[in-house]
Amino acid sequence: MWTFLHKLASPPHFYALAARLIPWLAGAGAIAILYGTFAGLFLAPPDYQQGDAFRIIYVHVPAAYLSLLAYVIMAVAAGIGLVWRMKLAHAVAASAAPLGAWFTFLALLTGSIWGRPMWGTWWEWGDPRLTSELVLLFLYFGYMALRSAIDDTARADRASAVLALVGLVNVPVIHFSVEWWASIHQGPTLVRAGGPAISTEMLWPLLAMIAGFSLVFGALLLGRVRGEVLVRERRARWVRRLMYPEVETP
Amino acid sequence: MSAADPRLPALLPGFLAVVRRDLLLGWRRPGDVLNPLFFYVIVATLFPFALGPDAARLALIGPGVLWVAALLATLLSLNSLYLADHEDGSLEQLLTSAQPLPLLALAKAVAHWLLGGLPLVIVSPVAAYAYGLPAGTIRVLLATLALGTASLSLLGSIGAALTVGLNRASALLGLLVLPLAIPLLIFGARTVALAAAGDAAGAGLYFLGAYCTLALALAPFAAAAALKVAAE
Repeated sequence: MWTFLHKLASPPHFYALAARLIPWLAGAGAIAILYGTFAGLFLAPPDYQQGDAFRIIYVHVPAAYLSLLAYVIMAVAAGIGLVWRMKLAHAVAASAAPLGAWFTFLALLTGSIWGRPMWGTWWEWGDPRLTSELVLLFLYFGYMALRSAIDDTARADRASAVLALVGLVNVPVIHFSVEWWASIHQGPTLVRAGGPAISTEMLWPLLAMIAGFSLVFGALLLGRVRGEVLVRERRARWVRRLMYPEVETP
Repeated sequence: MSAADPRLPALLPGFLAVVRRDLLLGWRRPGDVLNPLFFYVIVATLFPFALGPDAARLALIGPGVLWVAALLATLLSLNSLYLADHEDGSLEQLLTSAQPLPLLALAKAVAHWLLGGLPLVIVSPVAAYAYGLPAGTIRVLLATLALGTASLSLLGSIGAALTVGLNRASALLGLLVLPLAIPLLIFGARTVALAAAGDAAGAGLYFLGAYCTLALALAPFAAAAALKVAAE
């Protein structure tokens, strides 16, 4: 177990392992998304209240879920990098931030499009999830801005890690305070006492989409980390050997 | 309690020395202290000019405007929290001192609040009166601002420590600190607005107190970690 973890933390080993994992994650994710899209658009019955408009849930919920998951992954990886000085963890945190920002943006966009027919407005300040999602986007922006403002990679890693952890403590506080502020959003549907309040024909495509988005996110993240590792290790021998096999003979 | 090891420095004198030094620096350079205060008053003055002299509307937007102005003024002074120390090398002295760094970071934040937050709270009744807030609400405004600026000094000291020595640190500081300060703004401004409408202010004040306590407990450690990173 420990040898596996140590091997995982070594950049060349991770680089090779990620390359083997990516096609599987991306393939499985594509299948899940294809099934979810088909079932969500054609098999699931229209909502008795929202008609066909509810179908945007199949993009909105996975995106919103991943926007939070990416932040947690980023902050946990940053914390690991800060405590154990593990370079690969910092590479994961740096790679997760732009992906998380994009999923946050996607969640905001689809939420806004959904809001148009449901509430009659593109943007509703009274909705706590829209507004806390917006704040989450600002947190990602701050993280990426801090990272890009520091030239030295080691300092950028550690400074942004402190920020990510401070943000992680604040995310629930922000969410709670925005919720207190006002709420017209519908209550939780999936996770609540007494089981999901959604018919199974609607639920299965949603779960498939969440799984598919997560798998694709994993593939994208691994791909980004591979690139990040290459940039960070550009002076290392194994990268030079990989990039210029004819020059660097072992 | 056993007697303290005489070889170890006592904690309280170190804490007080940093606070006293920053207060003295503020006293010797009053411009650094007064500028954010004037900024606060001027920003609060801008809104009636922009929106017109309608007294009812001003009383309605007063709590929010004063809170946003206080937030921006505090942010303005946070930028220089570690700047002078970084430039003249006293930051290195803090880092190499035998005192625990979180304690010194806490002292810096406390001094920042005494120089920035407290004067702001003191001038706020005048601004609140100018906006026509009911007399009973002004006490609530002062309480929320006192707790809110203290939390901001603590929270902002992390941001100041993260951006110390960077180019264009001031714009970056706003980007880092303002999203995290949104809960303070929500509870601060909404509590005053609800109090003005005749509601009880307890819940909001409790929240601000809880936030301030949490910041007091955690922020010095985060700021110390950030200072160590900046000094590497």
